[in-house]
Amino acid sequence: MILTVNHVTTYEYDAPMRGAVQSLRLFPARFDGQRTIRWDVEVLGGTRGGSFRDGAGDKVEGWSIRGPVSEVTISVVGQVDTTDTAGVLRGHRETVSPLAYMRETTATWQSAEIRDLAHQAVEGASDTLDRAHRLSNAVAEAIAYRPGVTHAHTTAAEALAQGEGVCQDHAHALIACARALGLPARYVSGYLFAREDGEAHEAAHAWAEIWIESIGWIGFDPANQCCPDARFIRLGSGLDAREAAPIKGVAQGEGAERLEVTVALEQVQQ
Amino acid sequence: MTENFNEMYQGGKVREPYRRLEDWTNAMPTELRAMKQAEAEALFRRIGITFAVYGEGGDPDRLIPFDMFPRVFTQDEWRKLERGIKQRARALNAFLLDVYGRAEIVRAGKIPGRLVFQNEAFERAVTGFTPPRGIYSHIVGIDIVRTGPDEFFVLEDNCRTPSGVSYMLENREIMMRMFPQLFRENRIEPVDGYPDALRRTLASVAPAKCDREPNIGILTPGHYNSAYYEHSFLADLMGVELVEGQDLFVEGGFCWMRTTEGPKKLDVIYRRIDDAFLDPLCFRPDSMLGIPGLMDVYRSGGVSICSAPGAGVADDKAVYTFVPEMVRFYLGEEPLLNNVPTWQCAKPDDYKYVLENMAELVVKEVHGSGGYGMLVGPKSTTEQIEAFRKKVEAHPENYIAQPTLALSATPTFVQEGIAPRHVDLRPYCLVGEKIELVPGGLTRVALKEGSLVVNSSQGGGVKDTWVLAE
Amino acid sequence: MLSRTAENLFWIARYIERAETMARLLEVGARIALMPSAGHGYRSEWESILQASGTAEGFSAKYGDPVQRNIESYLFFDRDNPSSVVSCLERARENARIVRTALTSQVWDALNSAFQEMRRLERMPRSELEVTELTEWVNRQAALVRGAMDATLLRNDGYSFLNLGFALERADNTARLIDVKYFVLLPSVDFVGSGLDNYQWQTLLRALSAHRAFHWAYGGDITAAKIAHFLILNPQSPRSLITAVTMAMDHLDALARGYDKSGPAQMRARALVGEISETRVEEIFDEGLHEFLTRFIRDVSELTEMVQAAYLSGEAR
Repeated sequence: MILTVNHVTTYEYDAPMRGAVQSLRLFPARFDGQRTIRWDVEVLGGTRGGSFRDGAGDKVEGWSIRGPVSEVTISVVGQVDTTDTAGVLRGHRETVSPLAYMRETTATWQSAEIRDLAHQAVEGASDTLDRAHRLSNAVAEAIAYRPGVTHAHTTAAEALAQGEGVCQDHAHALIACARALGLPARYVSGYLFAREDGEAHEAAHAWAEIWIESIGWIGFDPANQCCPDARFIRLGSGLDAREAAPIKGVAQGEGAERLEVTVALEQVQQ
Repeated sequence: MTENFNEMYQGGKVREPYRRLEDWTNAMPTELRAMKQAEAEALFRRIGITFAVYGEGGDPDRLIPFDMFPRVFTQDEWRKLERGIKQRARALNAFLLDVYGRAEIVRAGKIPGRLVFQNEAFERAVTGFTPPRGIYSHIVGIDIVRTGPDEFFVLEDNCRTPSGVSYMLENREIMMRMFPQLFRENRIEPVDGYPDALRRTLASVAPAKCDREPNIGILTPGHYNSAYYEHSFLADLMGVELVEGQDLFVEGGFCWMRTTEGPKKLDVIYRRIDDAFLDPLCFRPDSMLGIPGLMDVYRSGGVSICSAPGAGVADDKAVYTFVPEMVRFYLGEEPLLNNVPTWQCAKPDDYKYVLENMAELVVKEVHGSGGYGMLVGPKSTTEQIEAFRKKVEAHPENYIAQPTLALSATPTFVQEGIAPRHVDLRPYCLVGEKIELVPGGLTRVALKEGSLVVNSSQGGGVKDTWVLAE
Repeated sequence: MLSRTAENLFWIARYIERAETMARLLEVGARIALMPSAGHGYRSEWESILQASGTAEGFSAKYGDPVQRNIESYLFFDRDNPSSVVSCLERARENARIVRTALTSQVWDALNSAFQEMRRLERMPRSELEVTELTEWVNRQAALVRGAMDATLLRNDGYSFLNLGFALERADNTARLIDVKYFVLLPSVDFVGSGLDNYQWQTLLRALSAHRAFHWAYGGDITAAKIAHFLILNPQSPRSLITAVTMAMDHLDALARGYDKSGPAQMRARALVGEISETRVEEIFDEGLHEFLTRFIRDVSELTEMVQAAYLSGEAR
């Protein structure tokens, strides 16, 4: 499936900032499931800094914007050819050990409820892969999809207690559950193409990957109760949403910040 | 406990390296000694060498107690130590390069992956990047204790930013000013080459993109930091900039200093702040000390950071146990310096042993430092031991234990005259294009009678450390 | 040099200068308190001193009425008063500690010894400390610091930033001193030339350690015109406004030569010196001394901001 992405993020400041610095993890991953046809990232009025690919295979690029600046716009325009790999991250080059993804973070803190959920879900499971699927289903059941009830800093435990949340909360909860069972798990950010005939989804999306010793990293998307397929574009990963964030930035100054994001995905007809 | 080794007297006789010092002390009247001690303190104060102890009230600007009685090594003793220290520094760096790459040592089953990758000090963010020359720890401080004429043990490694080297230099400076005669009589290897050697080391790991004499800066948390004096002292002696996070910014893939003439590129950062504070975009978002975007510049080869972020995984107390294994694995050599035997409470058998023998052992927190979070069994009351036992039981994986070593003692000036006090040694090994070690180090002395804790925050002092020339 | 280092140097000098000004003001106040005519005049004198030091608000918030003992404490020892001698010396020393590597050991010694001795003074009972002794002590410490600077510092950019600090702080302080004396103490111009006025001018000269120098330079009766000329226009007078701004200009020019780059700060300093050099005393009185000084203080503050923007802020490109 060839998908066209048009993703614009704008930070507006109510008072001009002395400058801003950003670290972008906004580039499609390189693996068997996707091939980048073209991909342009631009920070309007900014200076491109160094870029590199880290041990997890993510490309990261730094940018800086000289002040005074009252608006920062990051634009992504690109086209990716995707194929369904049944969620398996095949052909992805990375060096970091899966064990590095066992660390707890604030967002993925394992409350007693998380542990209970995890242990109950995998009772009678046949193998690790089965356990991972069951965990994903259990999280989808325990946390209903409902936008607006959680926020950027909601933790997995909080979302579970609340019983509602969005894809970020699903991913955090699944990661916490997996780690509670000793399975390395990580947060993945990317895009999801919502087909016209299907339900409406946010095009910016997030899911989780769980390490299955015999296979490798496999994606699970509790929010859609599936494994990532050709509709998904994978960007970067991390221990949680904060680490995997496609855009990290700081602006120097006192002004308050307002964020506006538009993501448009289109399928190119062949 | 066995009889402690006295570095000066053995069997009622003076050991050779201390022979001239005996004459020196015998010839020094008590009044003169008191006068000299006061003179030394005045010098330290005037130069501004103080360290800060926070949270205990009183004057935070404290002098570290300086003991005028030098600690002496023969050339032979030092050569052995030197070989062992350099070997260890090489192995530690090889380990870091490996675990941030393919981690062959883990694949070979020589160290559990859990200890490395789940370690707080392991920085996932720097995997996939190889620093210049593959060096992570450029200044390795190795804490060594002695228990006999030929018995030396490594207590711990410091791969991040070992402090205290300014005392090594200043102690010597002050001794030479006060007792020039001593230095004429004893032929003592100089240590004042250290700042130059450090500068060369730092310059040798400049990024590949730097095509001229690199600009070097020491990154300090600021003038409220307890080691600020050392930061400014080293910057001065090396002739490099002393910078704070606010003096730096990133642009175009490089790191720049804010100067009165506009931006000036900074190529090598000798940082004296922890990983967590280097870059709020990569590590702690609330860090006010760091430079946003620095890690992106570092990982794309625009600036070198010494020690490399993530170097701390090699000096973790749980990883320490495996250093001899590292020496064998990477260098194919037998370790020249021994570890202190260590029980890991994370291992069930060790845990059991530790709980049963707490009164005999030194129990340490894996991530603790500065002598805090530590129990010296034989010096503790039953209540203290029980209280500590509860801590260990709550989190066994956070504790290790070692036997109480019969630490060597050297003569020290005390209230009553001269008495033996326990000492350790921290030499500073430089790793860059070359591996260098100045002949000397920082000798820390436990000034309290019988005490084994040499940390300055807990009543420790310092001594000048001599290596006699042949 | 790092902008922050330059800023630290600049502030070392400003704090030293400010500490001296404070000590001098204190001395003047104490002197007037010894005069037989104390009473109403005495009280307004203390008030004017608080005005001149820019600490009137802080003082009245803490103590209310100006009582000599409190004023002495407030201006000399009080850490709540950011302009007190103790605050200034402490901050000068702290700034010096931060940039130790940019100073010689002699300069550091001078500053650090002043600080250590100050701590000793603080521990002494106040009743044992005479204001005159305190003032002399401050002047002596300041002289030692300046002497160490002049004798040992490299004549580089750092030296210029130090001297810019001295010059700009002095320009500001002198102008404020004159302004307070003239404006606050003389509600009506009729008093100009009266006996009271002469006495006030005397104390003003004394505050600037300039009463002897003045007589050497002018002789004869003290007149407002002579004093204004001495304190504003006379390039021989070490504390005159023209001397201070010329010093600032010279050091800005030295920086421009060293960096091979001149900017708005240099132009502004040159314009300021040019303007003052061509001003005559009569013109100042025609404009109104207060108006002239207000304008001058604003000019100096703008120049300071330009120095800040060009060199100290770290935003220079």
